[in-house]
Amino acid sequence: MERESQPAAGNAPEWSVSDLSGALKRTIEDNFGFVRVRGEISGYRGPVASGHVYFSLKDTNAKIDAVIWKGVFGRLKTRPQEGLEVIATGKITTFAGKSSYQIVIDSLEPAGVGALMALLEERRKRLAAEGLFAEERKQLIPYLPSVIGVVTSPTGAVIRDILHRLEDRFPRRVLVWPVRVQGETSAAEVANAITGFNALPPGGKIPRPDVIIVARGGGSLEDLMSFNEEIVVRAAAASDIPLVSAVGHETDTTLIDFAADLRAPTPTGAAEKVVPVRAELMGFVADLARRHAGAMLRLSDRRRNDLRALARALPGPEAVLSGPRQRLDLAAARLAPALARNARAHELALQGLSRRLEARSPRVALARLKAELAGFARVLAAARGNAIAAERTRIAHARERLATLEARARNAFGQSLVQRRDRATALSQRAERAFGQGVNRRVDRVGSLWALVRSLGPEAVLARGYALIRDEAGALVRSIGEAQPGRALSVQLADGRFDVTVAGGEPGTSRPAPRSAARKGSGSTTQGDLF
Amino acid sequence: MSEENVNADVAALPFEAALKELEGIVARLERGDVPLEESIAIYTRGEALKARCDALLKQAEARIERITLGADGKPTGTTPLDVDN
Repeated sequence: MERESQPAAGNAPEWSVSDLSGALKRTIEDNFGFVRVRGEISGYRGPVASGHVYFSLKDTNAKIDAVIWKGVFGRLKTRPQEGLEVIATGKITTFAGKSSYQIVIDSLEPAGVGALMALLEERRKRLAAEGLFAEERKQLIPYLPSVIGVVTSPTGAVIRDILHRLEDRFPRRVLVWPVRVQGETSAAEVANAITGFNALPPGGKIPRPDVIIVARGGGSLEDLMSFNEEIVVRAAAASDIPLVSAVGHETDTTLIDFAADLRAPTPTGAAEKVVPVRAELMGFVADLARRHAGAMLRLSDRRRNDLRALARALPGPEAVLSGPRQRLDLAAARLAPALARNARAHELALQGLSRRLEARSPRVALARLKAELAGFARVLAAARGNAIAAERTRIAHARERLATLEARARNAFGQSLVQRRDRATALSQRAERAFGQGVNRRVDRVGSLWALVRSLGPEAVLARGYALIRDEAGALVRSIGEAQPGRALSVQLADGRFDVTVAGGEPGTSRPAPRSAARKGSGSTTQGDLF
Repeated sequence: MSEENVNADVAALPFEAALKELEGIVARLERGDVPLEESIAIYTRGEALKARCDALLKQAEARIERITLGADGKPTGTTPLDVDN
């Protein structure tokens, strides 16, 4: 094995992998430095974080990786999208590290009319969904604009056609905003022109158009692409100035036609849409002026005729006045009776009213009230009489009862008096008897007591030989102290008295009375003599 | 003199409006049912409207200009444009 393979190896030079890869890279990049390749976009990955775009291009049998660098992607007119068939222009590069190759795309265009149409249809639907083509956005084209703005190429058949047709119909002031109608910058220029016309202030140095025509001659679908671009469509939709689109031939439809307020089939058609035919209008106005004058004339003629006819029909003053005069006479004749009748009628009415008034007068009311009052008074008097009678009867009754009671009382009192008198008499007799007995008893007692008194009295004592000694004042002398010598005293005996003068004395020692014991030492009395 | 005041607005009317009003006035006058005073008033207005239409139709000058653009794409002015050259 080794030997067999040895000679084969000996003939072929030996490559390093890097050398081989480098050689392949050079070969490929030299030979495929500029290629146009047609294929369908597959596995599309939008701008990734780095801004680059990756996808594959494929057909039925093969597939190649593709990349669009960020800077290129921003300039692309055709946005790559999944499934779109495109013609890509670029170069093939290889990746030494992976032994793979890819196409680096510089530009991209839709492949074939079908693909382009599909792209436009998708765009139309998207913008329609936004409402850019809505009928209610459409503005009316002015009938006779004074300034017409035209967005188109300043040279060529299109502007010439427009101006010639305007000249034929109604020469107007035209402002041409020059733009390129195809190529890279075309769409931006057209959009800028539409926006620029709208930005012109009314009454400024450059007059603001009353209507805008956006026009381009016929061409291939690719030639008309600028007028399909989104910025152009949006600018047309946003235009405040009514906008007429006239792009391509009658059969060509571009997206600006949907956004325009009016679509003209051709540039010439646009000129016809924006101005009327002056000669026709002049004829029309002249005709109107004739009719105007004629109508006025006929009107005044008719009025004059009517007036004349009426004037003829007008009756003379006598005829006019006779009727009213007759009515006046009639009325005058009926005036006085009517007046009297009227007065009578009023009088009757007045009488009726006064009767009614009388019936309602305060006097009547007063009388009625008086009658009522009298009735009440009668009732009251009757009631009073009744009441008095009743009261009298009651008093009589009471009086009778009183008399009865009095009689009874008197009876009762009389009996009681008699009884009392009897009792009194009895008692008095008893009292007299009792008193007599009492008196007798007391007399007896007094007699006996008196005998006792007499037996106990001073007289009895005196009679027994005792004497009473009195001083000059009559007071009893009880102690020797009182009988100082020289004192004049009186001595009473039972049968008389005599006066003495105290000669001397000495106090007694036997049985002096306790009362006079204190006085015993003070003097001598005549009593001592007595003992 | 008040007539002129009443019809002063006519001078500012656009062509189409003036024409339409004139048509209306003519139609009314032709019907003949306008009171006298009013018929005179609207007739006068009709005259003014007709004059306005005539004036607008006479302003038929063809002035063709081309917008001149600055570097920023903004209009700077106009120059006459002769396309037939």
